[in-house]
Amino acid sequence: MGYNDDIKRPDMKKITDYIWEIDPSYKQGMRVPARIYASKALLDGMDIHVFDQITNVATLPGIVKHAFCMPDGHSGYGFPIGGVAAMDTNDGGVISPGGIGFDINCGMRLIRTDLTIKDVQPKIHELLDKLFKSVPAGVGSKGFVKLDASTFRKVVEEGSEWCIDNGYGWKDDLEVTELGGREENADNRTVSDKAVQRGKDQIGTLGSGNHYLEIQHVKEENIHDKALAKRWGIFPDQIVVMFHCGSRGFGHQVATDYLNIFLEVMESKYKIKILDRELASAPFNSPEGQNYFSGMKCAMNMSFANRQTILHRVREVFSDVFKTDAEKLGMKQIYDVAHNRASLEKHQVDGGWKELIVHRKGATAAFGPGRPEVSARYKDDGQPIIIGGSMETGSYLLVGAETGAQTWFTTAHGSGRTMSRTRAKQLYRGDELQKDMEKRGILVKTASYAGLAEEAGAAYKDIDEVIETAHNAGISRKVVKLVPIANVKG
Amino acid sequence: MQDSAVMTVIIMGYRYREDLTAADVAFEADGRTLEELFESAAIALTNTMIEDSSILADKVERKITIHAAGEERLLHDFLDELVFLKDAEMLIFRSFSIKITKSKSGDSPKFSLEATLKGEEIDTARHRMVVDVKAVSWHHFELKKGKDGWKALVIVDV
Repeated sequence: MGYNDDIKRPDMKKITDYIWEIDPSYKQGMRVPARIYASKALLDGMDIHVFDQITNVATLPGIVKHAFCMPDGHSGYGFPIGGVAAMDTNDGGVISPGGIGFDINCGMRLIRTDLTIKDVQPKIHELLDKLFKSVPAGVGSKGFVKLDASTFRKVVEEGSEWCIDNGYGWKDDLEVTELGGREENADNRTVSDKAVQRGKDQIGTLGSGNHYLEIQHVKEENIHDKALAKRWGIFPDQIVVMFHCGSRGFGHQVATDYLNIFLEVMESKYKIKILDRELASAPFNSPEGQNYFSGMKCAMNMSFANRQTILHRVREVFSDVFKTDAEKLGMKQIYDVAHNRASLEKHQVDGGWKELIVHRKGATAAFGPGRPEVSARYKDDGQPIIIGGSMETGSYLLVGAETGAQTWFTTAHGSGRTMSRTRAKQLYRGDELQKDMEKRGILVKTASYAGLAEEAGAAYKDIDEVIETAHNAGISRKVVKLVPIANVKG
Repeated sequence: MQDSAVMTVIIMGYRYREDLTAADVAFEADGRTLEELFESAAIALTNTMIEDSSILADKVERKITIHAAGEERLLHDFLDELVFLKDAEMLIFRSFSIKITKSKSGDSPKFSLEATLKGEEIDTARHRMVVDVKAVSWHHFELKKGKDGWKALVIVDV
């Protein structure tokens, strides 16, 4: 029940070796073509629902140019994961929670260190054990920051700034966080008490599923852009720390609340017809659209605060294990990026500038040099982009490029699942996988062995192929691949 | 979903549909009555999050009331409430005693659910948790009445 199994695989027009286009004639109501960024191998591996979902996105009011799917695209709901769409706010453009995802501002943070693999190897078990204790992971975990509801409401307006004011981090961290770690105009009155109750004990927690915290190794042969890596403080044999998490129950509830509101008003009040209820939308310039935009910003801020607090805990652990201040260990943040969000941006469209509400769901902003969104520290280079791979295969640091304008400066966000969670659990056992990974030099501590099995590397696309595609298509450039040596899995 | 009468009578409950989603969790639930269907869906939700729900005991009890204009929205809101209680109060439930009544609100139908939920506060030292359910999606969400009872398709975001 429920699914249309008769979806026809669309005809694809090859634009380049890495761009494939589906014509609006494929589906009634498509306002623009859909463009898939993929190598032939990735395209052939994409499941049919990706094409169904990205062409549904192409029907949304106000969409400009194309509905895009990134190389790591896989089926989600509403938008596919990897779906990108920009709506013209002055031409009836809509905002859709389904184009952002339930985990608003799910994102990645990367921290450098002055430590080398030789420094860290003897302490790796101690580091991992202490990180596992300091950064709670899994279902039902609570963070160490205990807040009442009114303080939590302040956090969701102030984001990482609240953390810095309260001693959880360094002022410099804000400069290397997207939006300075704070979405302006986030009005806490646009989020429900339920959302606050769900989230107020979860600051400083990873969550579960594909969320993780990793200690990673910079191998010399994996540095693709040596000059840029050096400028960003990356060197051969270095140890870095990366983590992936989002706005936890707070953001999930904000999305749930507004999806339900949009479903009630969409057709009756705004005459918007959609092909999937997860595409529920409201005009950006409507009371409901503006309230959701503000609620989404509150969730953005909660997530920035969550990752900022985790960074603080990571620094405490390293400082404790190496008996040295985190400053002296060189533990500066490289960047923090969201991969589930919508933002108001100015882009060139057919020679003129337009204000667009750009939805990125499982897709990362990849602004090139000179764009106003890029932090001052990186304005000549383009923004750093952090791509989380599977726990077995590695992750990447990329940089935004001028040629990224073709996708509203957006690139991939991860490797993208190819295998269902149930199938992964049938094929792998968490405890065996843990032992096997340890033999290959990757220690894992997990809140759930079953959850660990679900995240086996083979359940994901080939991260190298995804990154190569993004690089060759010109939507981002490779800087360095980072391989895990220890992983806290949510 | 099995349409055979024999199968639906014998296998009342739920089953996961791994063919429907790679990144998330999909399940079908059924029941001879609407209440039984709601119970099946709630058990499926619990078993998505915990590896062995049989170790859960009736240590905590919660009573909830939900109103909605239709059965489908009622089911969605009911599952949403269970997800909410998981985060807000760290509760996971094993038994669900449910009563659904239909009345009228003006010219429109109104459905009301009263449920007593029994379970425990999540204790990660004892409970083998699998994955966090972030939300109940509307993607292909469906509730329908067939000749053998009620069926639902649910996809949850994890």
